[in-house]
Amino acid sequence: MLEILKKTNIDFIGKKYITVIVTGILSIIGVIAIFQIAMGRANMGIDFAGGTSVQLKFEQPVPLQSVRSALEAGGIKDFELQEIPTENRVIISTKKAEGDLNKIADGITAALQQRLPDKKYAVDSTTAIGPKVGSKLRSDAAKAIVMATIGILIYIAFRFKFQFGVGATIATFHDVVAVLGLFYLMGKEINLIVVSALLTIAGYSLTDTVVVFDRIRENLTKQAKETLSSVINRSVNEVLSRTIITSLTTFLAAAALFLFGGEVIHDFALAILLGIIVGTYSSIFVASPILLLWKKDRPFAKK
Amino acid sequence: MKKNVFWRFLFIGATILIAIIFFLPNTPLFKYMPDWWQKNMPNKGIVLGLDLQGGLHLVFEVEGDKAVKTTVERYAYLIKEGLSKKKLQTDVKMEGAGIRITPSSQEIANFVKENYPVLEATSSGQDLVLNISSKEAERIKDNAADQALETIRNRIDQFGVAEPTIQRQGQNEIVVQLPGVKDPRRAIDLIGKTAQLEFKLVDEESPIAAQLPQSIEPSEEQTVLQQFADKIPADDEILFERKLNRETGVVRKAPILLKKQAVLTGDSLSEAKVSLDSRFGEPYVSISFNAEGAKRFEEITGANVKKRLAIILDNNVYSAPVIQEKISGGNAQITGNFSMDEAKDLSIVLKAGALPAPLKMLQNVTVGPTLGSDSIKAGKVAGVVGTLAVVFFMILYYRMSGVIADFALVLNIVLLFGAMASLNATLTLPGIAGVILAIGMAVDSNVLMFERIREEIRAGKPPRSAVDSGYDKAFSTIFDSHVTTLITAAVLFQFGTGPIKGFAVTLSLGVAINLYTALIGTKSIFDLITTRYKIEKLSI
Repeated sequence: MLEILKKTNIDFIGKKYITVIVTGILSIIGVIAIFQIAMGRANMGIDFAGGTSVQLKFEQPVPLQSVRSALEAGGIKDFELQEIPTENRVIISTKKAEGDLNKIADGITAALQQRLPDKKYAVDSTTAIGPKVGSKLRSDAAKAIVMATIGILIYIAFRFKFQFGVGATIATFHDVVAVLGLFYLMGKEINLIVVSALLTIAGYSLTDTVVVFDRIRENLTKQAKETLSSVINRSVNEVLSRTIITSLTTFLAAAALFLFGGEVIHDFALAILLGIIVGTYSSIFVASPILLLWKKDRPFAKK
Repeated sequence: MKKNVFWRFLFIGATILIAIIFFLPNTPLFKYMPDWWQKNMPNKGIVLGLDLQGGLHLVFEVEGDKAVKTTVERYAYLIKEGLSKKKLQTDVKMEGAGIRITPSSQEIANFVKENYPVLEATSSGQDLVLNISSKEAERIKDNAADQALETIRNRIDQFGVAEPTIQRQGQNEIVVQLPGVKDPRRAIDLIGKTAQLEFKLVDEESPIAAQLPQSIEPSEEQTVLQQFADKIPADDEILFERKLNRETGVVRKAPILLKKQAVLTGDSLSEAKVSLDSRFGEPYVSISFNAEGAKRFEEITGANVKKRLAIILDNNVYSAPVIQEKISGGNAQITGNFSMDEAKDLSIVLKAGALPAPLKMLQNVTVGPTLGSDSIKAGKVAGVVGTLAVVFFMILYYRMSGVIADFALVLNIVLLFGAMASLNATLTLPGIAGVILAIGMAVDSNVLMFERIREEIRAGKPPRSAVDSGYDKAFSTIFDSHVTTLITAAVLFQFGTGPIKGFAVTLSLGVAINLYTALIGTKSIFDLITTRYKIEKLSI
């Protein structure tokens, strides 16, 4: 049989410094990101911030600079330009949404028609979101995150003993916060679809944790003499290959999305990819060591 | 268990067949099916979301406060009329959102109380201040939203859009979804226009009328309004008529002094249609009043011969012709340099009736058809590449067992599309992502089982019992991992907007079906192989 990993015997618990350094850095970035988002200083998508975004598909390649100057001359202010060069697509977005919602989109197309009359284009999409909808979507997203958290907590509480529940919960939060932090660090836009990706990560990263925890639980009931840290180590080693392979197959699918799925899905797929990596790491290096925080050597002995 | 392997295969076969029947409408094959099939078998399939087929998603807020204000204004007018009929000398005027009667008396207070119980009266000094009760205000707002919904539906029906969705959302919002609309701008204007048609008499007697400028730049409207704000009579107002110079195309505005009180409104219309001017071939809208409206129109024109009557739509004067003679029959024309489409849309909004309150656009998501089809193409490529990558990996790593897992994967995909088609679920772009992620997760269950079976084999168990105990022991883990994904998908479904909902639907269906394909599908094949043939060694 083909094996990625032969029988391993890695002392994961002994490698606490990895946990401390990696998790420490990821968590700090994540917390900064959350703080910045709360302060309104992060790059929020127009679905949360309110604003207008117009995506155009030009018939011929068009230099971004000429689009920029045409818009500036047309009196459009505070806009951002994004280019999808292979498809001759340009996305113009501005986070202003006051008064008549259609005004900015109309202004953008009018400015281009007037200043770049020879560049033919079709309007792919127009999205205009008023401040009221933006704040509603923000609160919906917050509600969704809270609800998902409560749902997962209830399930974990129902399924695991307390100590496991704490480990799984912390690992799940760790993953979501870490991906959010990485996105913030990369200057990626935080929008509705990224939040959906984060929730998906929360659900999926739990899978890996469950695989490891199930094995620890199973091994704890088998041998009464082993120390907890040795049971954890043995269990992680036993399930290491399947943890990696399950992540790998989902990673392959998400990578296909990332590479070929198109612009809208790009960031979503990126978040999932990061989430899979961080989730696999956390189920090994974060969730399990937390079980050791209950110092008594065999706190989960057979009933 | 072993004996019913046959029945399990039959069951799997049946589910595949059902899935294919449901999904058939989404394939080109459906066209070639016989008539009875197209009529009686599932014929809708999976619906493409607005982000994939193109179209409009609009959210409007019905400005209910304005409907309340209009109602209060009408009460103020009625009270004023009622009091003057009773020869009670007093001044009735609007104050904020209420009415102030100066000075008041016991008789006036009684009159108001008897006739307008929805108005809450408080006396302030000599005056009586009337405010609409909050319950009544709520009722008016609610009513306005209902009416607006109905009006928008009528307009869209006449505009002609296939399968529009028009719904109320929350207290005062209306969501309109128009798939496949070619001219989004026109549709938005058509829906958003208040279409309050009014007829008002031009005030030519006031000395101010002569002082108004002949015509101004469109940007100067506010200046003119400010300039004359204090000078015009209390019952008058200034509105503007659009003047288009046909040769130069220059637009100018002409201010007109009007009596504030409308003598007739669009409520009295019975018909509106586009006609062509015989001289210039220019379209105009001809309107007919209902019986009551026609009578009123006859009275007004009769009493005001040689005066000007302005036709006003949403506070823009379209024309202000001089009444030549009494007009009976109840017909009138609205002219205003319309294009054919403009005239047609105007006739639609007039026929469908005015909105009870103005609409404010909260959200506008317009997707063109090319973007949608490009997204579908990209989604297909990603789906095929992702599936192939997973399929090859499984064969490479688990050999024959990988082939079995791949069979389950294909079964999973077929059933997923079948299930979506049977629910007439909406496939959105994030939904495609959900399908592809579900493909990646689908083999997870098999990976967990296979790894467990490998362990059992290493422990020295024969293939038959290795498979059985592998399945048994992996089950709880598989179940757990599915449940956690389903929890987040359910939350996303609850709180997500259209596209995100689509993602939640495909992901949760994919995960749920996976439980079936992994536990019934692959297990049946293993059972078949291990019972029929004496397998010495599993290819895993």
